[in-house]
Amino acid sequence: MLKKRLIAVLILRDGQVVQSIRFKHTNVIHYDPVHAMEAFNKWSVDEIVLLNVSRGSESREAFAQAVEQVSRHCFVPLSVGGWITDAAYARHLLSKGADKLVLNTAFAEDPELVQTLSRRFGKQCIVASIDVKRDEAGTAKVTVDRGARLLDEEPVAWARRAQELGAGEIFFNSVDHDGARKGYDIASIKAIAGSVDIPVIAFGGVFTWSHLLAGIEAGADAVAAANIFHYTEQATRKAKSFLAAAGVPVRSEGQSLAQPARAAPKFAS
Amino acid sequence: MSTLGIIDYGMGNLRSVQNALEEIGQPAALVSDPVQITGFDKIIIPGVGAFGEAVENLRAGGMDSALREHVAAGKPLLGICLGMQLICRKSYEDGEHEGLGWIDAEVRHFPPAGGLKVPHMGWNAVDYDAPHPLLNKVASGADVYFVHSYYVDCAAAADSLGTTEHGLRFTSVVGHDNVYGMQFHPEKSQHVGMQLLRNFAALN
Repeated sequence: MLKKRLIAVLILRDGQVVQSIRFKHTNVIHYDPVHAMEAFNKWSVDEIVLLNVSRGSESREAFAQAVEQVSRHCFVPLSVGGWITDAAYARHLLSKGADKLVLNTAFAEDPELVQTLSRRFGKQCIVASIDVKRDEAGTAKVTVDRGARLLDEEPVAWARRAQELGAGEIFFNSVDHDGARKGYDIASIKAIAGSVDIPVIAFGGVFTWSHLLAGIEAGADAVAAANIFHYTEQATRKAKSFLAAAGVPVRSEGQSLAQPARAAPKFAS
Repeated sequence: MSTLGIIDYGMGNLRSVQNALEEIGQPAALVSDPVQITGFDKIIIPGVGAFGEAVENLRAGGMDSALREHVAAGKPLLGICLGMQLICRKSYEDGEHEGLGWIDAEVRHFPPAGGLKVPHMGWNAVDYDAPHPLLNKVASGADVYFVHSYYVDCAAAADSLGTTEHGLRFTSVVGHDNVYGMQFHPEKSQHVGMQLLRNFAALN
C-alpha cells in the first residue's frame, strides 16, 4: 500500500532559504540550503521540493548550482522549480541531480514546453505547481508569476488541463494561506483531488500537525510544509508520528529519535 | 572493492545513482562507451523514460552486445527502474518491444483499478519470504520509493525475489543468475536504499 508522503519545501531566494508569507520572501531562515536539507534527510522526510523564487532570471545558474549541492546529499526524491522557461534549462537541472521539474507559469505562457518536457522525460518528471488566490468575491482563481498575475481560470479546470498537458502531479498552494498559519485551502484541495487522476500535494499554511491531517483527509496524496519544518527540531519525525497515530499510513523508516547528532544548522540572526 | 560502472545511455538520473554510491563509499564511473564495460566488475543500468527509446539507445551504440558479454562472463548486473524492465524479455509499453531478455518476464501497464493511481508513485513496501544476499539487512515490508506505470510480470516465480502491492502484487526485486533488478529507486530510498546498494556492491 502506498504511503502518504510528507514533503519539506525549501524556498530559495538568491541562494538562501527564505520564509514565505503570502508569497513575500523577506526573512532568511538558513544561509545554506544544504544544511537545511541534511536535517530533513535525517528526519525521515519523504521528499524535498526546492523552489527558486528569486526575482530575476539571472538567478538560474546559481540555482542550478544549489540543486547540484543539495542533490549530492539528498537520498529522497528532489523536485525543483522556478524560472524553467526552456527545455535546455530543464535538462540542465535534471543533469544537476533533480528528479522532477516543478512548472507553474509555463502552464499559462508555454504549454508546448510542458508537453515537450513531459514527452521527453515522462509524466512522473512534471509537477504542475498551481497557485490560487481568492478574488474580491471570494472565488479561488489561478495565479502565476509567483502570485503576481491573477488569471481568470478556475483551479479545478486548470488542474485537469495540467494533467492533459502531461503533468504527473499537482503541487497546490494558495497565496491567501501561504505562511498564514491557518492550514491549507481545504476546499480547493478537495475539489482538485476529486477531479484529477494524478497525485495532489497540499502546500501552504501549515502551522500545526493537525493541518497536515486535514490535507490528507481532503484527498491529498502528499502534504508539504516549509516554515514550520525549519523552526521545529525533529519536525518531520514529529509530524509523521502524529499522522501515524491518526491512522495515516506513513513511511516510518529513519534514524532514531534518540540520535539528534547533527551539525547545528546555521540560522540567520 | 569492486569496480562499478553506471551505463550512460541518455536516459536520466545517473547523477543520483552515482551520488548514492559515493555516499556508501563505493565510487562508480559513468560508462558511455561500450568498450569500457570490460573494465568493470559490476554494472548498473539506471533509467527513467520510455522503454522503446531506451532499447534503441542501447542498441545504437552497441552497448547491448557489450552488456551481453559482461553478463556472459558471470559478472553482476543491476537494472534500476526502467533498467529492471530492460533486462526482461518483452515490454508492452507503446507497442511491443524486445528487451535484453535475461529475465523471463513481460512488462505490462498497471490495469485500471478503482481508486489506485498510475503512475505508481511514492513509498511502498517490498515484501519477501526467502532471504537473499541482495536483501541482506533489509526487513521484509521496508518502504522504498517507486515511480512507474509498467510492472514486471515474471514467468518463473523463483526469479521474483521481492514483491509489492499496488492493485495487484508485482515483482519489485528480481534476480536470475547474476542479473538483478529493482523496480524502485534505491538511490532515492534513503537508508533502506543505501543498504540495498551496499548489498549489490558486496555481491560476488
